[in-house]
Amino acid sequence: MILLTRKADFSSAHFYWHDAWTEAENVRVFGKCANRQGHGHNYTLEVTVAGSVDPTSGFVVDLKQLKDILEREVVSVYDHRHLNYEVPEFATTIPTTENIAIAIWRRLEGKIPNAKLHRVRVYEMPDLFADYYGESA
Amino acid sequence: MRPIAHLNRRYHFSASHRLHVDAISPDRNREMFGKCNNPFGHGHNYVAQVTFSGPVDATTGMVTNLSDLDAFAQRELLDVFDHANLNTLECFRDVVPSTENLCVELWRIFEPYPHANLKRIRVEETGNNSFDYFGEGAPFSHEE
Repeated sequence: MILLTRKADFSSAHFYWHDAWTEAENVRVFGKCANRQGHGHNYTLEVTVAGSVDPTSGFVVDLKQLKDILEREVVSVYDHRHLNYEVPEFATTIPTTENIAIAIWRRLEGKIPNAKLHRVRVYEMPDLFADYYGESA
Repeated sequence: MRPIAHLNRRYHFSASHRLHVDAISPDRNREMFGKCNNPFGHGHNYVAQVTFSGPVDATTGMVTNLSDLDAFAQRELLDVFDHANLNTLECFRDVVPSTENLCVELWRIFEPYPHANLKRIRVEETGNNSFDYFGEGAPFSHEE
């Protein structure tokens, strides 16, 4: 069994806001992330898959294929977009780093041939990142 | 059931230390610790990477509010360790301030954080060496 990790980058805007709360409550909990004009990050996504090495190709998965899946399922949807307004899963869920990791897991699960999704890691900044190992982990 | 996620946060601090054990001879100290035994000490830009797990709150979308964690780290870690001589700290009075021992001490510091479960302490002493601690008796994890 080999773990294989592929990175991808996307740059997006977001803000943190819970509609049922007053502005003061939102600012108390979310601080400057509650600015409704939004702000942005250069995110780095690391997707780790687990699988066995194909005896012929020597691959766990075809990296080009994995890159194309990440591009199609995540980067083309998230990159240079406002997560709150333009990405459907964040219409009612706050796009925290944790929730982005969970959402990306759900976008990718079952779509990678011959390998099992092992971990989704999302860096919001080099000093802040979230890991998600799926519902059963 | 709410999904469980892991939150990783990195804190930077600069500190000096000297690796030296009083109970053994100066020669043996020099032999064992090499240039880290320099009597005047030396320093590093340390990175402490803490990993917490917990259910993602259905409203806030968070494992723990970063402002709470940052305030805790500022008070318990950075205010004490940043720009300090590690050898002068109470926690290193009787143990060598090696990065391994620093990991164990940081576990002791972060373990009581009330809002999430501490899973791992990683300390990078330089860009080329780092140490992980998962708590006493915890199964070793190969996770990066």
